[in-house]
Amino acid sequence: MELSGAEIVVQALIDEGVEYVFGYPGGAVLHIYDAVFKQDRVKHILVRHEQGAAHAADGYARATGKCGVCLVTSGPGATNAVTGIATAYMDSIPMVILSGQVPTPVIGSDAFQEVDTVGITRPCVKHNFLVQDVRKLAETIRKAFYIATSGRPGPVLVDIPKDTTDPNVKIPYAYPREISLRSYRPASKGHPGQIKQAVAAMLAAQRPVIYTGGGVILDDASHLLGELVRATGFPITSTLMGLGAYPMTERRFIGMLGMHGTYEANMAMHETDCLIAIGARFDDRVTGKIELFCPHAEIIHVDVDPSSISKNVRVDIPIVGPVASVLEDMLRLLKEAGCDPNRETLTDWWAQIEQWRDIKCLSYDRGSDKIKPQFAVETLYQVTKGELYLTSDVGQHQMFAAQFYPFDRPRRWINSGGLGTMGFGLPAAMGVQLAFPEAQVACVSGEASILMCIQELATCRQYGLPLKVIMLNNGYMGMVRQWQEFFYESRYSHSYVDALPDFVQLAESFGHIGMRVERPGDLEGAMEAAFGMQDRLVFLDVVVDPTENVYPMIAAGKGHHEMHLSPERELA
Amino acid sequence: MRHIISVLLENEAGALSRVAGLFSARGYNIESLTVAPTDDPSLSRMTLVTAGDEDIIEQIKKQLNKLIDTIKLLDLSEGPHIERELLMVKVRAERADREELKRLVDIFRAKIIDVTDISFVVELTGAAEKLDAFIDAVPAGLITEVVRTGPSGISRGAQGLTL
Repeated sequence: MELSGAEIVVQALIDEGVEYVFGYPGGAVLHIYDAVFKQDRVKHILVRHEQGAAHAADGYARATGKCGVCLVTSGPGATNAVTGIATAYMDSIPMVILSGQVPTPVIGSDAFQEVDTVGITRPCVKHNFLVQDVRKLAETIRKAFYIATSGRPGPVLVDIPKDTTDPNVKIPYAYPREISLRSYRPASKGHPGQIKQAVAAMLAAQRPVIYTGGGVILDDASHLLGELVRATGFPITSTLMGLGAYPMTERRFIGMLGMHGTYEANMAMHETDCLIAIGARFDDRVTGKIELFCPHAEIIHVDVDPSSISKNVRVDIPIVGPVASVLEDMLRLLKEAGCDPNRETLTDWWAQIEQWRDIKCLSYDRGSDKIKPQFAVETLYQVTKGELYLTSDVGQHQMFAAQFYPFDRPRRWINSGGLGTMGFGLPAAMGVQLAFPEAQVACVSGEASILMCIQELATCRQYGLPLKVIMLNNGYMGMVRQWQEFFYESRYSHSYVDALPDFVQLAESFGHIGMRVERPGDLEGAMEAAFGMQDRLVFLDVVVDPTENVYPMIAAGKGHHEMHLSPERELA
Repeated sequence: MRHIISVLLENEAGALSRVAGLFSARGYNIESLTVAPTDDPSLSRMTLVTAGDEDIIEQIKKQLNKLIDTIKLLDLSEGPHIERELLMVKVRAERADREELKRLVDIFRAKIIDVTDISFVVELTGAAEKLDAFIDAVPAGLITEVVRTGPSGISRGAQGLTL
């Protein structure tokens, strides 16, 4: 088979089994777009801004576990995608970005729409390539997919100069099936001796805690994690990125940990003598002040990326390996050892945790005549019976969703945890809805975040994506306002957005249905109506209490045992 | 503490900037960095001198290993090794100073590799301290220009850093 470079790009995507490409055309990728036009195997989704393309591919990847793909042009096309690429990088999401580049002979001459894409993206990709020869194109794309999806996943960018896609230059095409890179061999198994040591530590522990992160979801290891929790009876907490890997409605789940985690999770972290960290990276939002982190614990850390281990917190028993494989080995060794944890001390430990839980740290004023954002999320949970794929933007609404919408399955909670990208939620939801056309998909957002990628409402219209936008409208950049209230004596510097649009009319001008809810009593009915419209995008503008804050909270520089529960309830 | 790290990496365009970018992005200290292709033209060998406490050095090594282009890495400071650096110095060498400069060159087993009526270029290879000592020994005010390569290193013994 003889193909041009442009045809090779498209054929390689077909050979990779790619379903959707999210993109936006431009000069440098015109040959590729012509090849896209001439086939119907790979479906192209036209976004309205390249940031949306990257987020949509990202949302698709998070929901399916497959590699997300986007296609952008050179110069501004690539730079617009950078925020989305960095978002995927921080959360280790498998993604391949194909970017057009000016023709090879003019690279470096400041040509029209030229930018050093490989240079600009280098710090926020797992790897990137500049293809300088059409004969290297297929192999490079294969490498990109392999690197993006193996080991610790991440975005890989392939920069393709226009002349390498010339439709008049045809070369023989064969897509390489197997690829091996001498310089890249991700760990495939944990060290047996280390795992043995970890199991011994777990069985000897008196106050153990399992702390899991996004790595469990990325490696599809939820069922194994469930087995581990059942086998040991240990309490389990999760990071923002790991929510849903273990059912959040189950008793052994003690809530999210960290800055806005539950009192019981954070106190358990402070008191534990054996921390079992699985696919989590000890992010600063999780650890609080490092010197005060888990002061009594022996720490076991399972991670596929050796550089995550002992990066922020020194670990006692490191295990480098894929989460699923290590958990399998761990379970086998536990079984062989008779799986006999310290039952008596474990019972005492649980009694202590239940006491912390009884404080009910996630309570809020249910009698308010304003819609509390927590109430809005709880209502969303009831109306959708916990079945949603829920994407989120960044800020207070994100924390309220994480606290009040318990996910019982992995890949249902989709948000930008590492980079904290406002504008992520709507395009990510598009990717999810395309992957699962029959599923209920919603984006919880705020009036500040949603405006950052509002243009994607047009994409939703074009492809008939019936997702629901639940916008918690408090008239502020809520999390910024909260910090200004706490730490800047309520000087609300530029956290209030004047001149907000009429969101109902805005949604309708894009061809969707807009609804505004202002009273708590109207909320459930409105949400039922919205989710009842199965073939329409409904944009719900929920006017919430503008002064509500996210609690509990650990202020920056504090330890897990130094939480604020609410203004009324302070703990000694 | 000072560490000297050898890295074997793919001789690809941009490999060097990945290493340099890693150090600046993560705020690691970089004292010197030398790189050139090896006998196998598809491989580059880099010698990198850095400093930091043990935790930072550990992270530096892990982050270097994580780069897709990195094939192997060896912290030479962990074992017996040899370091060599090349120095070239341009000195003012007018009649009155020529003899003393030549004596110094002999003492340090350096070489004069360029001569004019009023200047020498001196070449010297050795460990960094020896080069420092030579520069200190040149009488004040005579040095016009100094260029150093930064150290290259290799481990002692039969074991090699190879594929």
